[in-house]
Parts: sequence; structure tokens; C-alpha cells
Amino acid sequence: MTERPLSTDGDLLVAAEVRKEFGGLVAVNDLTFTIPNRSIVSLIGPNGAGKTTFFNTLTGLYKVTDGEITFDGVDVTDKPPHAITKLGVGRTFQNIRLFRQMTALENVLVGMHSRLKGGIIGSVLGLPRVRREEHEAEGRARELLRFAGLRNVDEELAESLSYGDQRRLEVARALATEPKLLLLDEPTAGMNPQETTTFMNFVSKLREEQPIAILLIEHDMKVVMSISDRVTVLDYGEKIAEGAPQEIQKDERVIEAYLGKGANQ
Amino acid sequence: MARRRDRARGAMRSYRSQAAQRSGMHRVRAAWNRLPEPVRRFGPALLVLIVAVLYPYYLSSLPTGNVPLIYSFPSVRSGVTIIVFTMMAVGLNVVVGYCGLLDLGYVAFYAIGAYTAGWLASGQFQQVRFHFGSVGVSHSAQGIHISLWLVLIIAALVTAAGGILIGLPTLRLRGDYLAIVTLGFGEIIPQFVRNADSLHGFDLTHGTFGISPIDSPGFGNAGSHLGLPAAYSQSFSADKLFYWTAVALLLLTIVICIRLRDSRLGRAWIAIREDETAAGAMGIPLMRTKTWAYAIGAFFGGAAGAYIASFNSGAFPSQFSFNISVFLLCMVILGGMGSIWGVVIAGAILSWLNVEGLANIGTWLNDNIFPASHQIEVAKYQFGIYGVIIVLMMMFRPQGLIPEARRKREIEEGTRGSMDEPLYEMRGADEAGAGERGSAGAIPRG
Repeated sequence: MTERPLSTDGDLLVAAEVRKEFGGLVAVNDLTFTIPNRSIVSLIGPNGAGKTTFFNTLTGLYKVTDGEITFDGVDVTDKPPHAITKLGVGRTFQNIRLFRQMTALENVLVGMHSRLKGGIIGSVLGLPRVRREEHEAEGRARELLRFAGLRNVDEELAESLSYGDQRRLEVARALATEPKLLLLDEPTAGMNPQETTTFMNFVSKLREEQPIAILLIEHDMKVVMSISDRVTVLDYGEKIAEGAPQEIQKDERVIEAYLGKGANQ
Repeated sequence: MARRRDRARGAMRSYRSQAAQRSGMHRVRAAWNRLPEPVRRFGPALLVLIVAVLYPYYLSSLPTGNVPLIYSFPSVRSGVTIIVFTMMAVGLNVVVGYCGLLDLGYVAFYAIGAYTAGWLASGQFQQVRFHFGSVGVSHSAQGIHISLWLVLIIAALVTAAGGILIGLPTLRLRGDYLAIVTLGFGEIIPQFVRNADSLHGFDLTHGTFGISPIDSPGFGNAGSHLGLPAAYSQSFSADKLFYWTAVALLLLTIVICIRLRDSRLGRAWIAIREDETAAGAMGIPLMRTKTWAYAIGAFFGGAAGAYIASFNSGAFPSQFSFNISVFLLCMVILGGMGSIWGVVIAGAILSWLNVEGLANIGTWLNDNIFPASHQIEVAKYQFGIYGVIIVLMMMFRPQGLIPEARRKREIEEGTRGSMDEPLYEMRGADEAGAGERGSAGAIPRG
């Protein structure tokens, strides 16, 4: 496989030869992958190509079979999800996984968990320090909800929000973990074109306003091609192409994977 | 889409308000809502507290014998047991209601608490003579006699430590598996105390005979200046003293549980209950947070166990049956999982039925309804009756007597969530394969 690393230093995340097997099935096949600082990298590929599996290995949800993942200079290969989140990886889920019976505000506050300190004794005694922290966290959570475009739903239960709002809330919750790297797993799935445009503007705004990198799994090619700095294409757990959006669009192997052999002849 | 939702929302609201007006509840509710916020918040609890605290005083003026259905009001002595069991239910609610961990072995914590009190405040260890702040015990008495106030705290801490020890290996499991393992621990501990009367010749638990007598709390000479009783057991109003102390303990438990629920930790518990995988991905350390829930549930179970051991002046292995675990779980389910007030009310009702209510109801029925030739013994059918209560609750009010605030909202507003669903399903259909593999089957290594 011809490697063409876009940047060698200043990589926020480096995944080296990551392999994930489920029984005999190789879902991710020795994938080497980097995410430069403050970039938007997209991961595309046909259904079942191993994109989400790879995502889950990055966030510690799956243990890798082999390989090494370094985030921000720290080896996170065998770290549990909460530790990786604390280091600065925030994520959303492909099939929305909000805390359904918690309000939008509480969902965001849960996202702040690793950034807050309030302990048991302090909470039980209602120490001023803990009260102040909670108060400030609530203020920040409300700001994040505004930032994500959620208005007047702070006290609504997550499950009663509209689909688009639930997607936005997932992003707000992920941002509450104060990530350096935000992983978005098909954020526009199920959105209409108008909502998709709004969402993509939001992501662009996000990158401008906050010093974070974004890894995106997306099926909507218009979205991928318009906002990505780099696109990586997976098929059967292997990287079949990597490069700037324009290059990817012309790549024969990519066209073959998506449309079948001979489609471009 | 937003407009469609607003319209549906508006329609729902007007429908609901019409229904409320028809039922006449509207006016009562409106009047209630006009009251200042502190009154609404603390009023009902304060009222209940006053009624409970004054109970020993007005009990004697309540009618006794042949009160319709309940026959007679519970004695102060029964009141202590009822309150202590309610306290355990509130503790179990932290584990089951907040954190969503099904614990079928809570009785183990009750046992650990009771036996810790037995070891530290009785003549069990005749080999030694250690007194520390104990009251009402002869100075020459052998055994360990530590002030029962201290013992309550020690027992709670020891039990919390026990909860952590039990939790560390078991809390990696989810759902049904966890329930089965806790069930095992709930059986192991009573079996252990039953058989630990000769550990290499050392009598730790006195076997089936149990540890008895156990010291009472008291204030000794220090308290007499303040008009406090020297020792509960030597006072003619011991039952009342035990009763008020139990009320205070329950109150403390409730306050702590409410504070915890509204804290960072409480949010983490509820998040784990809602979606463990997502909670982990949001930075919540799953094992540690679940272990805390277990430890805090155990803490109150241990304190309650120690207190009731002192009240009964004994700890016996036969007290710690599996039935107690189920019974406590029934209180939590009946009250509404996660709802403190619901659990308190359900706990009080079920413990009362258990302590004397069923027998009293039976007596009343036999005296007034059933002919002398067809007398029944209601207390015999107690587990059948609890079973029926649970089945009826699940059929007609699955959210419990007083649902947790968030659950209540869910049921009231349930119709709204599905509004935009079709959009998702359409897309979801062709994504199902990848999605399922991606996250639904995920098992994080908490």
C-alpha cells in the first residue's frame, strides 16, 4: 500500500497497524491512520467496511487485536473509554445514544463529568466550592446548548426532542467533554438536505472557533467533499485510498469499491 | 418540521388541560402552584415528619381494636422496624433505582451491619474486655463494648467496604448476570454467619444461636446534663427513644440520597442506568461509579442492620433470608425506581404489612366479614399477597406509586418523542447492519 502521509509531525492521533478481529472476521485490517492537529479528516467506505469498528477502537470501546494507538503523545491502546475521553477524545454515536430520560441540560452536564471535581463528601455537605462548580457547569452547559443550536429545550427530556435536535444534543454532549478530537459517526444520517447544510455550517463554525480536530464518518459525498481536508477510504477493513477530496473522487479503486468493477469504463 | 411539532405539542397541551378541568383537579393544582416555592418543596415532607415524630404521643388517643380494615395502629415498637426497613429500601434505591444495578442480595449488607454491631457491642468475644464509651453496660463485663453511636458509623463503613469487595468482581457483569451473582452473595453471607461458630476453634458468630444481647445506644452521664437519656435500654420509654432515633436516621438517609442524586455522582449513576456504553464514552469511569453506588447502598444497609440489631438486642442468621432481599426490592419497585418519596411510602406500607399489618387485616376480616366457620389466616398468604401487589402494579402503574420526576414526564409526554421517528427508520433500515455491529453489541472494558 502506498503511504502518503500528509504531515508527519503535529499529528494529534496516530493509529499504527491497528487490527480488529471478531472471531474469524477481520473488521479492521492493519490500518495505519493519522489525524493532523486542527484538521477535518473523513472516513468513508461502503457499509460494513469497518469504519465504525475503527471508531470504536479509537475510543476504547473495542480492544484492538493488534496495533497501537497514540493520542496526543499518549499511548491509549489499552485504555478504557473514560480515560480516553478524559485525554480529549469526544464522540457521537451512529445510532443516537443519548441518556433518554435525562434532560438536554443533564445530558450535557454528564459530558462534563471528567472535567468536574465535586466528590461525595462535598456534595452531601453542600460545600460552597461544589455548589459553585455545579452552578458554573450549568452555565457552561446552557452555553453549549445554544452553541449547538438548541433553544428552549434545556429542560426537555432527551427522548422527546426531534431527531435533528437529538443529533445536535449528541454533539453538544460530546463537546462538553472538552475534546481535542471530536469523532462524529454519521452525524447527518437521517437529516434532510436543509438540515444537513445547517449541520455542516455548524461543523465549520466549530472548527473555526475551537482548536479541535474532527474525524468524520459520512455517507453524504457532498458533505465529505466540501468540508474535509483529507479523506480516507476503507473497504473490507483496509485502507484503499487516502488523499485530498479531489484526488479521492478520481481514484479508480474508490469508484470500484462504491460502484463495482467497470463502472468507470 | 418544527412547526408540525409545535402544533402537535399545542394540541396535546389543550387536550390535557381540558381533561384536568373536567376532573376538578385543575383548581387544586392551581392553588398548590400559587404557594411559594419553599412551601411546595418542603411543606409535605415537613408535615409527614411532624406527624411521624409526634406519633408516640397521639398513638394512645387513637382508637385501638376494630379500626376498619387495619384493626389497630402500629405500636411504637413496630414503628421502629418499619422505619429501619424503609431506610434499607432507600439505600437499595441508590443501587437499583439510580444506577440500574439489579441487586438481589441486599440482605448481605443488612447481615454485615448487624454482625458488626454484634461484634463491637456485645459480650461475644469473652476473651477480651474492651470498653469505649458504652453506656448501660457493667464495667466488669467481658467482650467488646463500643458506644453504639460509633458502632453505627463503623458498621456502615465496614459494610460499605464489604460492598466494594463484593462489587469489584461482580460489577463488571451486566443485567441478569449481575443479579444472579448478587443473589449468590446474598446467600453466602448468611450461610457463613450460620457456620462460623468454630473457625479453627474460634467462635466468630455463635452459629445459629446468633449474637445476643447487643448493647443499646445512650448518652451516659454526658447526656444527663442536657436531659438526654443515659441508656435507651434502661429507660422506661426505650421504644420511643429507639423510634425517634430511627426517624432521625431515616431522615438523614433521605437527605444524603437526595443530595447525592442531584450531584455529579448522581448524574453519572443515572447516565449509567440510561446507557452504560454512552456513559463510558462520556468520561464516566464505569467500574468506579458503579462501585460507589454499591458502597453507598451498602453503607445505609449496614447502618440500618446495626441499628436494628441493637434494637432487637441480637443478630441471628435466620433473620437474613433471601426473602428480605426480595421484600426490599418490592419496596423499591412499588414506590417507583429512583423515586425517594415513592420508596419511602412503599417501604413504610410494605414493612407495616409485614410487621403487623397483614395479621391485623386478617383479624379484622375474620371479626367483621368472614363467618366463624370460615376464618382465614391472612398472614399465611403474605408472599402471595405481595406477588399480587407487584403484578397489579406492573399492569396498572409500572412507574410506581410516586414515579421519579423524569419518568413521570416521560409517560405524560411519551407521544411526542415519536414525532420524527419515521425519518430515522427509513434511513435506519439500510444502515441497520453496520449500526448494530458498531455499537449495539459493544461491551466496553469498564
